[in-house]
Amino acid sequence: MTTPLSRDFWQGFRDGAPFILVIVPFGAVFGVVATEVGLNIAQIMGFSVLVIAGAAQFVALQMMVENAPVLIVLAASLAVNLRMAMYSASLAPHLGQVSWWKRGLISYVMVDQVYAASILKYDQRPEMTPAQKLAYFVGVAAPVVPPWYLATWAGAALGANIPAGLPIDFAVPITFLALIVPMLRSLAHVAAALVSILGVLVFAFLPFNLGLLVAALLAMMTGAEVERRMSARRAP
Amino acid sequence: MSFTTAQIWIIIIGLGLGSYLLRLSFLGLIGGRDLPEWVLRHLRYTAVAIMPGMITPLILFPQATGGALDPVRLGAALATIAISLWTKNATLTIFGGAAVLFALHFAIG
Repeated sequence: MTTPLSRDFWQGFRDGAPFILVIVPFGAVFGVVATEVGLNIAQIMGFSVLVIAGAAQFVALQMMVENAPVLIVLAASLAVNLRMAMYSASLAPHLGQVSWWKRGLISYVMVDQVYAASILKYDQRPEMTPAQKLAYFVGVAAPVVPPWYLATWAGAALGANIPAGLPIDFAVPITFLALIVPMLRSLAHVAAALVSILGVLVFAFLPFNLGLLVAALLAMMTGAEVERRMSARRAP
Repeated sequence: MSFTTAQIWIIIIGLGLGSYLLRLSFLGLIGGRDLPEWVLRHLRYTAVAIMPGMITPLILFPQATGGALDPVRLGAALATIAISLWTKNATLTIFGGAAVLFALHFAIG
């Protein structure tokens, strides 16, 4: 029998499936590069299973190649993942009511694509219950996380047999654009996105990717302020 | 690279644990409690505040070209935005964007 919850799960699964196109090349490239750097298969899989955050993993790898001190490697790669705390705060009003072990599990699979697809859905369908929101979230994660492990392993096993020169690095911006454009549905959202773009360019000089966090905070303040003024104008 | 096996595992486990705690942070602490309206108003813009900033350098200064503006990647980004506005469908947008990317790569790359 099809219950409403399994419907939300499969809807999430369908929405998450196209991300395989991004996850597979990204994970494979990580496996290849990490092998070339000299990590063994257990260490490479350790990264992809324990961290599941491509950008931070690449930063850690890069710093290791440069022989940076262990603490600096950790600081720089964790700074890239500070945005996850913002995702966590943004999901709290939607998923905060579910039991603690489910929140613990959600946190493990909270990657960019799963977060963005879910928050887009929650905004479009505010009538969803926390249980439905959870089912959708898990549905999006299901086709995203296992391929990440498999692709990393394949990349590490196949090594440099992947043809060089293909622009697969650009799979990430394309997916993000596909997620961001539908979010720009009010003046406040557009203003926030513009401040985010300008801010990251202006604050590019800051170390450890902190420019992105400064830009994101300014963009959130911009979105909130534009929304406040628009609703104040609309009020009687 | 000159790290001992122990140091490599400290990095892997430290990054894994730290990333997990960042993801758990607010979701774990706040739980079902209600947040003030002004906080919620800011949180509504989290996704549009972070994601455009994350990809802007990847589009304008791709590492693969040493940071030079690349017509293949810029063209694919603009096409992806156009396809998204036109189809209003994320799946079609990802496939369409990837198709334009590879078409441009083999045509002018």
